[in-house]
Amino acid sequence: MHCKKNGAGRSAAAPVREYMIHQYKLNGYNIVLDVYSGSVHVTDDASYDLIAYLDQGMEESAACDRIFEEYRDRGVTRQDTEEILEDIRELRSMGKLFTEDRYRDKAFDLKQRSTVVKALCLLVAHTCNLSCEYCFASQGHFKGQDGLMSFETGKRALDFLVEHSGSRRNLEVDFFGGEPLVNFQVCKDLVAYARSIEKEKNKNFRFTLTTNGVGITDEVIDWANRECHNVVLSLDGRKEVNDRFRVDRAGKGSYDTIVPKFREFVRRRGGQGYYMRGTYTHFNTDFTNDLFHMADDLGFTELSMEPVVTDPASPSALTEEDLPVLFDQYELLARDMLRREKEGRPITFYHYMLDLRHGPCIYKRIAGCGSGTEYMAVTAWGDLYPCHQFVNDPEYKMGNIWDGVTRTDIREEFKLCNVYSRPECEDCWARLYCSGGCAANSYHATGDIHGTYEYGCKLFRKRIECALMMKVAQGVMTSFTEPGAAGEDTAAAEADCALLNGEDGCDGCC
Amino acid sequence: MKHIMTLDTRDMAQSAVDGGCGECQTSCQSACKTSCGVANQPCENKDA
Repeated sequence: MHCKKNGAGRSAAAPVREYMIHQYKLNGYNIVLDVYSGSVHVTDDASYDLIAYLDQGMEESAACDRIFEEYRDRGVTRQDTEEILEDIRELRSMGKLFTEDRYRDKAFDLKQRSTVVKALCLLVAHTCNLSCEYCFASQGHFKGQDGLMSFETGKRALDFLVEHSGSRRNLEVDFFGGEPLVNFQVCKDLVAYARSIEKEKNKNFRFTLTTNGVGITDEVIDWANRECHNVVLSLDGRKEVNDRFRVDRAGKGSYDTIVPKFREFVRRRGGQGYYMRGTYTHFNTDFTNDLFHMADDLGFTELSMEPVVTDPASPSALTEEDLPVLFDQYELLARDMLRREKEGRPITFYHYMLDLRHGPCIYKRIAGCGSGTEYMAVTAWGDLYPCHQFVNDPEYKMGNIWDGVTRTDIREEFKLCNVYSRPECEDCWARLYCSGGCAANSYHATGDIHGTYEYGCKLFRKRIECALMMKVAQGVMTSFTEPGAAGEDTAAAEADCALLNGEDGCDGCC
Repeated sequence: MKHIMTLDTRDMAQSAVDGGCGECQTSCQSACKTSCGVANQPCENKDA
């Protein structure tokens, strides 16, 4: 449930304000998200319903009367309803509930913002040693010719990045493809070149590598563990799941080849700075079993599993009928991760990695991933595209690394492609978490980068609900504040079990 | 009795630099490569 109204708990003198909250119940918690402040509240049942009534526009006194009538059999007194109302008023005055949208103007200021480039996706190989059916890059050649990036082209791409990065110090380069390790020597040479100019240019290059694992050798491991900030290792999970799609050109599954290499890679990496990155499809809607296989049987703890985005007519495409199953899977995963954390053997799931205290600023939340503006893809021949998913679409060729961005109209279009430019996002409570979603997915689903890929939105919202629930559950063990405490931490030992113990029941915290 | 408790969160409006400093990692480079995870990226401005 979520609502957007003018003037929650209205009274004759109350100013009309635009706000948005999202209320939901999960794992035994009553959760209220105040969208525009980012505040997350956990409430008892009476407070949850009172907030809902105010959100529906009910007057405060009428809402309190109704709560009293509905909850008096459960011991709620008139004094309780007055206390709840006072809490709500205090949260509102603190800017933590029914907070108005202050960001719309900032979204359109982005067009005036100077554009610097801070990240490049280098398509060092337009070819691949696997032939995965669901590959968005058409088995690595991006619906075009095969080819490898030369050192000279890659070097020019790095110079282009430095030249267009302004005062940004942190620059990112992802070796991507196709399969980048098919062109490993150029990857090595480019990193060496970047390191040679870092000090002079006052830049910090952070390299990442996305690989299918086939080409991993001892030399690759040593190089990547020395030079790569992060590595993304493609594995779909269980052997039969992985080998359904991730096959070589002869149709042979890759699991037995890549898993030992990945395990050695991660072991020598110290178990950090990597993600096992899988894709789930209509054929494995029980994808948590793939995550648990990677965690329990293979020892990987840093996990990312993405829904396939493909032609709806494909047998592997996810369907509307799959959604309830997928929602259950995400909830199951969240509960399981909480259990593992309690047992002292936590795992990480990328989409549940919300940092509520040190998360992105509002400008980042509005602007999104930066595709087409601060992030671009470079083909093996030096052409520029808004991101790797637009490569070889002639409508979105922006220029090249020698002449720069010549199609500035594309850049301007992407500058304004944000959560406030999408009418479908207007009433979505998750808008400041997804920033309007992936422009490429929108384009492929609707033909317009300002559209929305609604199926992906539904999954995204469920993931955020689960991630926030986990934060609430973890908050029991760290710190909460209560209205009136003005930032003063309240020890978990004082927490009210009725609010904070979820479906696990009392764990003796108070 | 407590009726409502609130997680300690960063105010959405807070930004150390007007317009954002831009030093944070591009979300698409971090894990998934297909669906943007903007909210997953930590702020890298120590002044924030």
